[in-house]
Amino acid sequence: MSEIDSQTAMDRADTGALEIAYVREQMEHPRPAPASEVGVMGWMRKNLFDGWFNTALTLIAIWLLYLILPGIIQFNFIDAVWTSIVDGENIERRACATIAQGGIQPDGWHGACWPYIGAYFKQFVFGRYPDELLWRPIAVFVLFFAGLIPMAIPSVPFKRENIIYMTLVFPVAAFILLTGGNLDYNGFLLPDSMIGEGFTKFWIDYIILTAIVCGIAWVLARSTDSNPKGPVLTALAIMAGLAVILLLTMVDFGLRYVETSQWGGFLMTLVIAVTGIAASLPLGIVLALGRRSQMPIVRLLSVIFIEFWRGVPLITVLFMSSVLLPLFLPDGVSFDKLLRALIGVALFSAAYMAEVVRGGLQAIPKGQYEGAMALGLSYWQMTQKIILPQALKIVIPGIVNTFIGLFKDTTLVSIIGLLDFLGMINSSHSDSSWATPVQAITSYIFCAAVFWVFCYAMARYSNYMERRLDTGHR
Amino acid sequence: MKKQIVSAAFGVAVLGAATAAGAATLDDVKAKGFVQCGVSQGLPGFSNPDAAGNWTGIDVDLCRGIAAAVFGDATKVKYTPLSAKERFTALQSGEVDVLSRNTTWTMSRDTQLGLNFAGVNYYDGQGFMVRKDLGVKSALELSGASVCTNTGTTTELNVADYFRANKMEYEIVAFEKADEVVAAYDAGRCDVYTTDQSGLYAQRLKLTNPADHVVLPEVISKEPLGPVVRQGDDQWFNIVKWTHFAMINAEELGITSANVDEMKNSDNPEVKRVLGTEGEFGTALGIGNDWAYNVIKQVGNYSEVFDRNVGPDTELAISRGVNALWSKGGLQYAPPIR
Repeated sequence: MSEIDSQTAMDRADTGALEIAYVREQMEHPRPAPASEVGVMGWMRKNLFDGWFNTALTLIAIWLLYLILPGIIQFNFIDAVWTSIVDGENIERRACATIAQGGIQPDGWHGACWPYIGAYFKQFVFGRYPDELLWRPIAVFVLFFAGLIPMAIPSVPFKRENIIYMTLVFPVAAFILLTGGNLDYNGFLLPDSMIGEGFTKFWIDYIILTAIVCGIAWVLARSTDSNPKGPVLTALAIMAGLAVILLLTMVDFGLRYVETSQWGGFLMTLVIAVTGIAASLPLGIVLALGRRSQMPIVRLLSVIFIEFWRGVPLITVLFMSSVLLPLFLPDGVSFDKLLRALIGVALFSAAYMAEVVRGGLQAIPKGQYEGAMALGLSYWQMTQKIILPQALKIVIPGIVNTFIGLFKDTTLVSIIGLLDFLGMINSSHSDSSWATPVQAITSYIFCAAVFWVFCYAMARYSNYMERRLDTGHR
Repeated sequence: MKKQIVSAAFGVAVLGAATAAGAATLDDVKAKGFVQCGVSQGLPGFSNPDAAGNWTGIDVDLCRGIAAAVFGDATKVKYTPLSAKERFTALQSGEVDVLSRNTTWTMSRDTQLGLNFAGVNYYDGQGFMVRKDLGVKSALELSGASVCTNTGTTTELNVADYFRANKMEYEIVAFEKADEVVAAYDAGRCDVYTTDQSGLYAQRLKLTNPADHVVLPEVISKEPLGPVVRQGDDQWFNIVKWTHFAMINAEELGITSANVDEMKNSDNPEVKRVLGTEGEFGTALGIGNDWAYNVIKQVGNYSEVFDRNVGPDTELAISRGVNALWSKGGLQYAPPIR
């Protein structure tokens, strides 16, 4: 090609044009990259064998994989038992036991026992939720993912409706579906002797509570803003919304009541994790704002709250909620154990979330605050429109980190007798009809795989959001 | 069914039912229509859910017996799985009506926690398991052995006491979970595995070669396991106590779930009194006179319960031993019904 090009140039020169020198008119065609830079070889050179140090690391890694991988594959797939049905009969543990252990496998056999996972799969997912009512937790799962997936995909429209669905409709629906609804409420403020227990008294108490809340909102608003009308109306709206939700939980939908001790497995893990995540983010934001507030009492309370919950291990919180709290409550009053754990987990993670969000708030340059104030925005307008969107974007990795941590921490509830996913797995080990040396290993592999899938999905999604929201300010 | 719900200060809906820990547990139980029974989170043979979520075991059968005595229907039980740490709180706070969770009857528990033990439905004791090829015939030959056990339980203290008392050297290898202990023992990290004897039989199923191991005859601690109720409610205490006694008396008199209907026609006055065809013994407990009939009919006598859950034909294969009737050289003895 280049020969032809120069030929053309010469032709032009011959025709007597004024060109003095040779000028290339077309781009030189790039030569293909050397074989050592492209394709598999090039990739390996660049990523695996770049210099003696990385080469050594690669070799060590390959050697380690060589040591571990064959064993893992051998155990999980090649030697694994896939069915416990032999000659049309379910032989349970004998399918996964060697002859010496009373089973059918040859001596020295060692492999995963998947039929045991299969037999317990329902319990691992739903706990001991009654069989005939399983459609209820399944419906909750469906509703959950039906709301979550469109919310997670940015191009899907109706985001506002979606958020309302996820924050209001779904929790109430899930609560009613899982418990059965049809709750009775008792009064909680006035002594029983005044009106007597029951429906009427509860609502009278509720109206009194609403008045108190509105009063507090008014006082708070007066001390900061000049116009208390807005905050009071907001408080009223929130209390009215709560009343509607409470009313819904009192309606008898004809669903049978299922006590929380029958919940369990992955359902329990999701209930705790989702409640914790959903409660900790707004609460954490409020606490973080409180800690950076100019008002000394608000700041002090926020600091005390955050430092108290951060200073106590989650296990202690759970023990307090399950062992000590029932003793403090008056006779005849007992909170549900799951609810106690939920509150503990939510408050605990809110404190951590508050510190993460505070990190984001502090990273916002002072100019942003000053600019917002110069525009005449009120504190709430500034926070809502200028500060929080930027601050939250910065701390996405931290927030997701807290979420993942919380998701995994839910396994701690098994020490207070709530059978979450891991608790259910541990509990299944005691079934002597499946007891074999490989029982525990198999179930832990399964558990690790499930947790990894969920945590990795969260991590990938947060990565994606970071890239999407990145406006290059860093 | 309506539930009594107490609402928290901020109008947060409270999940679950509030139970009244008042004086008359029987009235409460009758009002809610079931017995709330505290059980373990899973101990084979005692209280253990299977793959379908059904609870079985000796402790579970006692709960079913109580329900049969109170309601005439052994299925009217709800189980609350409790960890060892929270079991007494759950009983004290009224979360459960009876705690039937392989709980050892000790003096401090009986006197200091505001609880009453209503009998012993299984006499357990701590034992040792060793490899056969060690050639050890008695625990007294274990000097210098390394001992695998769970952390933070009385088993560790019992081992210390036993080896000190017999002036033997030993080394503790302790783990948090039973599965880890078994795995370590199986891998040969220690010579001896110690826990309650019933547990030894259950865990033996998880060894590579169960036949290579033997449980030594010595029992180094007394672990009488039984149901527990709140102190101060004698009526309920009596119901639980006599449900257990009824099962033992039935075994002694040869009444089984299979022949209980024929036995109703028996001329034996003792049988008649147990089955409620003579006397008003149920009324004195505040329940029906056919209470023991229902217990035996629906749950069985003590030997049926034992054989079904831990007996020689089960995976656990535990022999009656000290849990045999007093008349057969064991410790199970019930006061007569008269």
